[in-house]
Parts: sequence; structure tokens; C-alpha cells
Amino acid sequence: MKVAITSQGKTLESKVDTRFGRAGWFVVIDTNTGDYNAVSNEQNLNAKQGAGIQAAEQVSRQEVSALITGNCGPKAFRTLMAAGIKVYYGTEGTVAEVLEQFHNGTLSEASDANVDSHWV
Amino acid sequence: MALNLTIAVASGKGGTGKTTVSANLACAAIEAGHNAAYLDCDVEEPNGHLFLKPRISHIYPVGIPVPVVNEEKCTKCGACGEICQYSAIVKISKTVLTFDNMCHGCGGCSLVCPAGAITEKERPIGVIEEGDAGGVSFIHGRLNIGEAMSPPLIKAVRKAGLHGNLTIVDVPPGTSCPVIAAVRGVDYVLLVTEPTPFGLNDLGLALDMLRELGIPGAVVINRSDPEYNHLAHDFCRERGVQILAEIPDERRVAEAYSVGELAYYAVPGYRKIMQQLLTSVEREAIG
Ligand code: SF4
Ligand code: SF4
Repeated sequence: MKVAITSQGKTLESKVDTRFGRAGWFVVIDTNTGDYNAVSNEQNLNAKQGAGIQAAEQVSRQEVSALITGNCGPKAFRTLMAAGIKVYYGTEGTVAEVLEQFHNGTLSEASDANVDSHWV
Repeated sequence: MALNLTIAVASGKGGTGKTTVSANLACAAIEAGHNAAYLDCDVEEPNGHLFLKPRISHIYPVGIPVPVVNEEKCTKCGACGEICQYSAIVKISKTVLTFDNMCHGCGGCSLVCPAGAITEKERPIGVIEEGDAGGVSFIHGRLNIGEAMSPPLIKAVRKAGLHGNLTIVDVPPGTSCPVIAAVRGVDYVLLVTEPTPFGLNDLGLALDMLRELGIPGAVVINRSDPEYNHLAHDFCRERGVQILAEIPDERRVAEAYSVGELAYYAVPGYRKIMQQLLTSVEREAIG
């Protein structure tokens, strides 16, 4: 399966970005092969509204099954659910560390948005 | 010649006395024999009614058209989401999501949908209330609590008030989209300001906006103060804008305000200033 993790940079050593809609990058990892690539979220950074929705669309285009991020607003969450993407909240450390937590099952699946819409 | 003039009363920030000036100017217009209308476009916090005390005779809802997608007709082509500037509609995976409270009602998505899958429904954003206030046609909008989309309601208030031959538009404070919706197409704008450095800074921003929109206007100094007045005069001279009235900081005006009375009838000196202001505006606006 493929997993997207919001990140401040382009590699597995980058720190995770707690923001979703206005995250710097999405690092997309194929958990079967360990391959990864980074997708820039630059065009959303300055969006006046709907950054979370656009980010969800962006992530969905990568055909991921799960997203790991720090904060997710209600509109982004609804969009991710519609795309069949599971959301996990993980905020500490590097992309590699969060991926590790995901594999160990220490991150639990989110059932709802965790911030108000103005956050996204 | 019958007059047909729309004058907006605006200010760069709240609390400058904009509503007091516009409501009292409406009284002066009635006394001068005009068929006057007062339009409160400050739809988030309308307060002109506190002073004009209208008898409301007509209330009706205002909404904006938002898209409804017929999933069966929809081919999931994604064109709707691509055209929408506001992310209010998005094709995601095998479905199309809409976010009604982000939609500006532009109609773009239904226009581009190749499958004819999008129809529109009305989403209520507020109401318009109309009535009579001692001879003044009174119209204001009230935006629903928590609603962010005020410009369509402001436009509806403007449209509802087309029948007066002297229309006074009470504009929301600031220089953003709602302000532009309220002043678009008016003949003349009065910018109400206090003569303090803070007040003048906001006045400058409001002047920039008017220049950009190409609408002529002048300044009204409210709560004029001997300590600061020269600043206001210097500022207006530099910016090449006229001062049409200076309203002294009188206790009786503030008292009238605090009990919801019109200074026009309660304070003789104030009435005089408003009459002169009306005459000056007519002269300037008609040219
Ligand atoms: S009507 Fe305009 S703003 Fe609303 S969803 Fe369609 S394209 Fe977007
Ligand atoms: S444009 Fe029409 S057909 Fe295409 S995804 Fe949107 S609603 Fe469906």
C-alpha cells in the first residue's frame, strides 16, 4: 500500500509537518517496496481558502490508502474520507520515525477532524 | 430637474460615526424635500435602525445559488472542480463533493459540466428588511449568524434600494470585498474619519480604494479636535481631497447617540452641519 506523510522536506529524514492543507511536502511511501517520492504542496501554501480540500485531492491523486499528519480540519477530513483515505495523527519526529510508528501500530486511525476549519 | 443620486458613507475602520452621519444625512434629505432612502449595507452589524427606528413592513430572505450534483448523470470528469476558484466543489476518487458554505454562487461549475449533472439550489445567507422611517425609505440586510458570504446580500440591499431619488448607503467599515460590494456604482463617497493619526492612516487606505474604483469622494471629519485638526487638514491637502464637513466633538451628540436618538433633531448645531453637508454633497456630486 501507499502512505502519504506531511513533511517539512523531501526525504525520510525530514521532520514531519503537523499541518495538512498547508504542509510543505507530502512524502509518499510504498510500504511494499520502501520506495518513496516527495510531492510539493507549494501551490496550496498561499491558497485563500480550501487548502485542505486541495491537499486532499492532491494526496488522492497519488493513490495512497493512508495519510499521516498532525492536524486535519473537517473539510479536508470529509474529502479524504470520500477518497477512501484513512487518516492517522502522528506529530513527532522524522518521516521515517512516524512511518515506523505506523508499522508498529502505535498510531490509531482517526475517526474525525481534530481542528476547526480555519486551521486548514 | 429631479435628483437621482446615490451617496455612500464609508470609513476605513469601525467606530468613526459613519452610521450617525448617514442616518442624520437621511433626515436632512427628507427635510429638504427629497424622496430619500437609507440603505444599511453593514449587514454583519446593522445599527442604523437603532436611530431611524423604522416600521418594517416587508421581510424577505436572500440566498445564493449553490450546486447540487446528480450522481447518476455525473461522469466524474472533474471539470467542475477545476473551474471553481474557491474549492467549493471537488471531484475526488469516484464522487463529487460540494462545500456549500465556501461557494460564492458564481455558477461556473454548472456552466462547464459537460453532462448537465449540476443544478442549483438556493442557500439562505440572510434577510432584507424594508420599511418606513419618518418618510425615509429604510432598507437593511441582516446576515445570518456565522455566515461569511456577505457581498451577495449587500448587492441585494443595493438593488432593493434603487427607487429613492437620493439614496444614502451606509457602508461596512474597512476596505475589503464587502466594502467594494457596497460602494460599487455609487455617485459619490463620503469618508468619515477622526482627525487622529490612527484615523488618518485608515482614511488613507480608504482613499486608495476609492481611487482604484474611480469613485469621487470627500472627507467628513467627525469628533473634530483642535489638537489634531491641522493633521487632518495637512493630510487631505497632500492627498488632494476636500473636507466637506467638520463635526465637533459635542457631548450632546454623544448623549443622543447613547440613547438611540437622532442628533439631527436633538442638537440644533448638528442639524445645521448636516444641512450644509447635504448641500455640499449635492453640489460636488452633480458637479
Ligand atoms: S457556483 Fe462557483 S463558487 Fe460555487 S461551487 Fe460552482 S464554481 Fe465554485
Ligand atoms: S463537471 Fe459535471 S460531470 Fe464532470 S465531475 Fe463535475 S458534476 Fe460530474
